[in-house]
Amino acid sequence: MAHPDTPALSSSASPPRRRSALLQALPFLLPNLLGFLMFTFLPVLACFALSLTDYRLAPITSLRDLTRQMEFVGLDNFVRLLGWHREDGLLLANDPEFWRYLGNTLFLMLGIPLSIAGSLLLALLLNQRLRGITIFRTIYFLPTVCSAVAVVIVWKWIFHSQPNEVGLLNSVLMGLGIPNPPDWLGSMAWAKPAFIIMTLWATVGGYNCVLYLAGLQGIPQELYEAADLDGAGPWARLRHITWPMLSPTTFFVVTMSIIAGLQGSFLFTAAFLMTGGGPAGATTTLMLYIYNYAISWHQLGYAAAVAVVLFLLVFTFTLINWRYGQRLVHYR
Amino acid sequence: MISGSAKRRHVLLTVIAYLALSAVGATMILPLAWMISTSLKAPAYAVEFPPRWIPSEPVTTTIAGRECRVADLVGGTFLSRGPARVAILRYSPDGVHVRVLSPEARVARPPAATAVAPGDLAAGEELTVPETDLTAIRRTKLHWDNYLDAWRAQGVRVRDAFFGLAHRVDGFLVFYLNSIIVTICITIGTVFTSSLAAFAFSRLRFPGRDSIFLGYLATLMVPAIVMMLPVYALLANLRMTNTYAALILPPMFSAYGTFLLRQFFMTIPQELEDAAVIDGASPFAVYRHIILPLSKPALATLTTFVFLHSWNDFLWPLMVVDRLALKTLPIGLAHFQDSYTTEYHLLMAASVIVMVPVLIVFIIGQRYFVRGIALSGTKG
Repeated sequence: MAHPDTPALSSSASPPRRRSALLQALPFLLPNLLGFLMFTFLPVLACFALSLTDYRLAPITSLRDLTRQMEFVGLDNFVRLLGWHREDGLLLANDPEFWRYLGNTLFLMLGIPLSIAGSLLLALLLNQRLRGITIFRTIYFLPTVCSAVAVVIVWKWIFHSQPNEVGLLNSVLMGLGIPNPPDWLGSMAWAKPAFIIMTLWATVGGYNCVLYLAGLQGIPQELYEAADLDGAGPWARLRHITWPMLSPTTFFVVTMSIIAGLQGSFLFTAAFLMTGGGPAGATTTLMLYIYNYAISWHQLGYAAAVAVVLFLLVFTFTLINWRYGQRLVHYR
Repeated sequence: MISGSAKRRHVLLTVIAYLALSAVGATMILPLAWMISTSLKAPAYAVEFPPRWIPSEPVTTTIAGRECRVADLVGGTFLSRGPARVAILRYSPDGVHVRVLSPEARVARPPAATAVAPGDLAAGEELTVPETDLTAIRRTKLHWDNYLDAWRAQGVRVRDAFFGLAHRVDGFLVFYLNSIIVTICITIGTVFTSSLAAFAFSRLRFPGRDSIFLGYLATLMVPAIVMMLPVYALLANLRMTNTYAALILPPMFSAYGTFLLRQFFMTIPQELEDAAVIDGASPFAVYRHIILPLSKPALATLTTFVFLHSWNDFLWPLMVVDRLALKTLPIGLAHFQDSYTTEYHLLMAASVIVMVPVLIVFIIGQRYFVRGIALSGTKG
């Protein structure tokens, strides 16, 4: 039997052996591979293909219907999405909504650095050798396992603000002496901060915190003992041992958070159920924009084009992060 | 002396750490506690200002110096029989909204409430009393019946297989069954097929192995919506939306499970396998009797991940299902929210109903869960 680290069979192996090796592997491979090809791999390619068409979803009864509904339009969708035109001497985007929702998506990602810093702080606290840490860790993780729909519904109720009905948050604010607390989900200015507050609550004690905690527990104790001998204070230990030793974790956490933030599945749920993307589009993210085009307006071709752009954004961010972020990582 | 002050400093730091931990813990718990608190309140007292954490209801109240009984609430309506006199409708920042129930109620019109001349109120009249004019004696009361109301609030018409008769089935019962069916199928399917594939990728040699695995890896970074759109289009064209197959099959084959298990299988020493092969074990026997038993922690991790993910999944079921009879809990709850937008006691009860199983699974499986996150982090 082969060692798992050896590369695939070289071409020098005789054809019958290669065939029998393949035959032996197929029963293991096929159940997953067929599904993977059908529902993951080929759809990625199909999405790129769809983005070059003006496909609109309508009942299809024959092959002729299919060709009638779908016309190859080249890069038209992308021109409409990303291009601009001149109108009365002004440069205008062809699809101003896209840029606005891209802006919303990026704005809502401003919560990510806060969330990561909070996770690191919590992990540092949790890493103290105290009793009952498991209980705290479990409590911090609760928002991550709770159904996003239920979480969003509770927060909608907490943010609630009507002249004669006041939600929990504004009751507290009024109790603290703020006479006119904001109408969180109903105002253009406060809807996004409300989303960021809710996302912070939902993410700060979640995956990133657990990853940081694992990172902290992997730092060899001798480093701290050596630092103690040199008379390093707590700040110096944090700055010169903990932070550099955690940099691979930070790199991973930042990469994953950016990818997750651009996709924003939690924010999609929030926008879908709390505000419908409003007021006046203030909380519409790219995901909701794609959903609306695909499901509500049946324009799958255009939706696929937006999805491809989202993918390219994720790809670019990851590439930049790999290219430049790696340099800041201290490897043992 | 030095050790004494160091000890004192240590105690102080410990106290500060616990205070900080508890403050954050309280922030995490409060919204969930508020959910449970609201779910146990009577409708009239769900929205109160200032908010009340322990659900309680006024028994008697004094309006402008005169004492009167407060009506009981039964099943959402006021019981106006007996000595009940007034009903408290709503607490709000501008005062307490009160309705007079029985004609013999001789409630003095509070001077601050209205510009109309003072006098006795007629039954059915409603007025707003300043909070300060109303001093109620309250009694704690938990409305567990809210849960039953939420459970039953939506009905799904289901045709039975034997007689073709239509029955009304409680909405959340249907959503629960759907979620259980979908989640169990996805979890078993994912763990089974991806453990087989991971075995092939980590333990067998065959032509094209590494390039196929590279194909798996490449899809890990692609946003899920990119795969969802064409699959949705395909299902819509085949008229296969609103089926269990549409809910179950597409989410079952993400590259993630295969990747996670392959990484773990790679760490199992080759010698164990070699010994079995010398004894004449087939690849399947190696998979079944060596790799699987040694990979229990990784399998448990993947199981917990997939279970929680598919139990809470919102977007995919939302895209492929719009028939009530096929909705899973998250989209069932979203639908419930559409119809009961302002009935917070029912909304919160329904949310608790949806969340309980997940919390139980998490508390049982959290060891694997936390380990799994750490595992995926160090490998990435």
